[in-house]
Amino acid sequence: MTPTLDAYVILSSALFAIGFFGVLVRRNTLVVFMCLELMLVAATLALVAFSRFNGTEDGDIFVFFILTVAAAEVAVGLAIIVALFRTRQTVQVDQLDSLKH
Amino acid sequence: MEHAAFISLSVLTLACALGVVLSKNAVNGAMCLLLCLAGIAGLFVQLHAYLLAFLLVLVYAGAVVALFLFIVMLLDMQGGQPWRFRRLQSLAGFVAAALLITGLNLIAERGRLGDGAPVGHEVGSSLKLYAYQLFTTYLLPVQVMGFLLLISMLGVIVLSRRAAEGEPSK
Repeated sequence: MTPTLDAYVILSSALFAIGFFGVLVRRNTLVVFMCLELMLVAATLALVAFSRFNGTEDGDIFVFFILTVAAAEVAVGLAIIVALFRTRQTVQVDQLDSLKH
Repeated sequence: MEHAAFISLSVLTLACALGVVLSKNAVNGAMCLLLCLAGIAGLFVQLHAYLLAFLLVLVYAGAVVALFLFIVMLLDMQGGQPWRFRRLQSLAGFVAAALLITGLNLIAERGRLGDGAPVGHEVGSSLKLYAYQLFTTYLLPVQVMGFLLLISMLGVIVLSRRAAEGEPSK
């Protein structure tokens, strides 16, 4: 018995929701970033499952582009976090409130 | 057999994803992310996307998680910073995540996804097909991705240089 498409979609939406929860709840910028990566990976899982069950290659090829964008995003985001840490000496979200006042 | 593998891989993936969200230490979070990506690569193998599983392990588990670990060590955030559970914010986050998952599943049920069997494509011809599609139909996105990588590389260089020059002027 093979797992159905529903199972994959439910799994990927659960992963996406866990990542979303982490983005909303965590205070550490690095962990927030990891949860963003989790959301991207959940989207790729849904794409691969859809393209497998529909017999097309387009979803699989789109995952290539998602992987590329994720790699670029991680590089730039971590550079921004390091620059932020150098100027503010913290990466906690609730201490980075210069725009608030 | 395949079902049991799917169940165990998805339990591993979900547990490790929860570990990323709930772990106090950023290093533990990165390790959980690594395991979660390994579980997703296993699911990709089950979906017969062998090349993508390989690329996922190579790019994400190899490069991205290693980069995360480097930055965690560089910023030295081990220990300290305990996980503070703020009631209102975490309640709001939980409600938002629950709404999201119910909405997505309602859409999935409306579309009646379930009754299709997986359509197989041969593994050997798959690589050729990827290459063919990437260099014909998706040629423009490939070039745009190349520019994106170039620009992000320049951006990282500029960001790190500015931070290095900013310090002595202070």
